[in-house]
Amino acid sequence: MRLEYFEMIDRVTRLDRPERRIEATSTVPTASPVFEGHFPGHPLVPGVLLTETMAQASGYLVLGLMNFTHMPFLMAVDKARFRTFVGPDTVLTVTAQLEHEGSGYAVTKAKIHAENKPICDAELRFRIMPFPAGMDELMRAQARRIGLLAEAA
Amino acid sequence: MSSTFETVAGIISETADIPREQITPESHAIDDLGIDSLAFLDIAFAIDKAFGIKLPLEQWTQEVNEGKAPAEEYFVLKNLVAHIDALIAAKSA
Repeated sequence: MRLEYFEMIDRVTRLDRPERRIEATSTVPTASPVFEGHFPGHPLVPGVLLTETMAQASGYLVLGLMNFTHMPFLMAVDKARFRTFVGPDTVLTVTAQLEHEGSGYAVTKAKIHAENKPICDAELRFRIMPFPAGMDELMRAQARRIGLLAEAA
Repeated sequence: MSSTFETVAGIISETADIPREQITPESHAIDDLGIDSLAFLDIAFAIDKAFGIKLPLEQWTQEVNEGKAPAEEYFVLKNLVAHIDALIAAKSA
């Protein structure tokens, strides 16, 4: 997990097509400029970055299920709950479930756990659009880096 | 008016925060009710869930953009409701 580069997912550990579900893991870094402000002397991962983590897992799920034909863009966050604090070096398990595949949009429910304890959860909605020029390869490269393409094969 | 319309009007009222009495079968979702594309996707999701269907929004958008159908065909509520009823009937056929 590199917070300042918005690389929130370290590794996709499972993509279950029949169940329309993804599981990924990510470890919060020991140090990050983000922690210098949030909060000085009391480093905590901001809720907005936990939301981004759930959104990225959901996005990779949609990309994998759609075989990288379209790009999901986050358009709504509903029922977000942050249940406990997350500090440096925490190992996160991120799961996302496709709840509904609409025409031009998708809905997921995502959760983060650490040591089997719930950290946060939310219902997320994505607009599904054609890839902007050049983004297709970028997302495939990211997917290769985190093992999604191997899981999707 | 039909129960489908009542359900759709309720969804629009709740999702887009529009007083229920302003929503009539003749209302145009965009021109009269001021619903933007993001809010319309919220409404589409609620309609999909409520009726167990999948509104073909991409197809409709393409038809409107290509001039094959007027926007009123899908955005005036009585017409939208007719399309929903057709999708429900096709699902149970």
